[in-house]
Amino acid sequence: METKTIEEIEDEITEEFGFFSDWQDKYEYIIELGKKLKGFPEDKRTDDNKVKGCQSSVWLTTGIENGLIIFKSDSDSVIVKGLIALLIRVLSGRSPEEIINAKLEFIDKIGLKQHLAGTRTNGLAAMIKQMKMYAMAYKAKEQLEHKI
Amino acid sequence: MEAVITKKIFDSDKVRKDFPILQRAAGGKPLVYFDNAATSQKPNSVINAIGNYYKNYNANIHRGLYSISIEASEAYDKAREKVREYINAREAREIIFTRGTTEAVNLVAYSYGRQNIKEDDEIIISAMEHHANIVPWQVLCEEKKAKLKIIPVNDKGELLINDYKKLISPRTKLVAVCHISNSLGTINPVKEIVSLAHEKNIPVLIDGAQAVHHTKVDVRSLNADFYAFSGHKMYAPMGIGVLYGKAKLLETMPPYQTGGDMISSVSFEKTLYNEIPMKFEAGTPNVEGAIGLGAAIDYINSIGLENISEHESALLNYATDEISKIEGIRIIGTAENKASVLSFVVEGLNALDIGIMLDTSGVAVRTGQHCTEPLMDWFGIPGTARASFAFYNTIEEVDFFIDALKNAVRILK
Repeated sequence: METKTIEEIEDEITEEFGFFSDWQDKYEYIIELGKKLKGFPEDKRTDDNKVKGCQSSVWLTTGIENGLIIFKSDSDSVIVKGLIALLIRVLSGRSPEEIINAKLEFIDKIGLKQHLAGTRTNGLAAMIKQMKMYAMAYKAKEQLEHKI
Repeated sequence: MEAVITKKIFDSDKVRKDFPILQRAAGGKPLVYFDNAATSQKPNSVINAIGNYYKNYNANIHRGLYSISIEASEAYDKAREKVREYINAREAREIIFTRGTTEAVNLVAYSYGRQNIKEDDEIIISAMEHHANIVPWQVLCEEKKAKLKIIPVNDKGELLINDYKKLISPRTKLVAVCHISNSLGTINPVKEIVSLAHEKNIPVLIDGAQAVHHTKVDVRSLNADFYAFSGHKMYAPMGIGVLYGKAKLLETMPPYQTGGDMISSVSFEKTLYNEIPMKFEAGTPNVEGAIGLGAAIDYINSIGLENISEHESALLNYATDEISKIEGIRIIGTAENKASVLSFVVEGLNALDIGIMLDTSGVAVRTGQHCTEPLMDWFGIPGTARASFAFYNTIEEVDFFIDALKNAVRILK
């Protein structure tokens, strides 16, 4: 099975959000996604895994399978959790290279940048940064191993 | 209850027309502005006073010999006089214009604090202080190796006065507490707090940022040594605030910032400082801000502070009754004596989510820690959602808010 590219997934999300005419409906959908996002290991809810946001906490862990980075994440805010679900759908299971180069234009296209990503309140911007940092760290590690 | 809520204290529709921003929509819905404890909206009279200043007599003050500079200087001085009268200070020179409450507190911490606080001295603040009335004292204490003592609160969010009495010691050199808590709405017994400190000759600073536009403040009757507040929370522009200080204290204090206007003569050998209040107003001041603040005071007086308090209390009581009917609601701050701040949490829900969902209905509330992180820690909560009312808010808006909140809770749960 051919895997979809990051851009294709982003387009899918943009299209899904195109169905909603008002913000309340968009958020209801995000909340629904948040409620469905489960399976974050309780013992990983530690300060080390915390991404700092002013009004909500986000926990993020990473693993690597066959050279692809797997993200797992959780939040005490169900809306932030919904946003996390979108980010995971786009970025999890991708190579470090793909994650580093991801432009994540869907956030702007569905209007969330203006609403959420620009503020320090929810840690979304901090989380994206953290995901990219992990990808960079894995890439650097890979390069180092290849040299050896 | 019906009688209370339907009673017309003043004509809400007429008052709302004074505020152009209240006519706008938010996200396609009428704006319901319930974040008045963060900042208030501005009436036309304030907006026009600022416009009028720039259109007709903008000039630097206290320097020019020409007519518009004289007019601007007079307007600035007149604003100071309006503030004096508003808080019933003895003299206009006891009114220092600052950027806001934060700068006013910093001024006292920097000037009075650095002059008078020594190693092992103690400063008393309370557990419900805004960060602006914590951090300046903390920094001062670190620098001087002094200690910060905290008056605790009870479950209702009221100060424990007996504990305060016990905290006062021969080492206490200053008390700094808020008049009204920004995150709980508690009205503190500031007169008692001041008089207890004065028994031991300890000066007191009151942070009045949440109080001056809700209740009549009479600094002489209160007998506070310093009283700080912001213009922007009382319908005036941002960037203007006031430090009231007793003249005899202000006169002995060193300048906070130095530069133009605060000097009486400068040579390379020696500079002589100006008299108060100019000694504490270095540089070109915020003339438009002061004029706007004067216009805001005129506006408040035209409505009447008592009418404002009465209407805001009616809104708070009604909102408190209605919100209590929602399952899982816990009101944070249930003091007997309370101003129009309604802070709450909903069991199992994050305040941020509530704030976002209310915004989709056009309702603006504040969420988070409200710059009172230690207080939130004491209540064991990450933060609250806070609705805060002004006199231009209506019972209909409270109903709309309650419906929007019920809807938000239904979606989020």
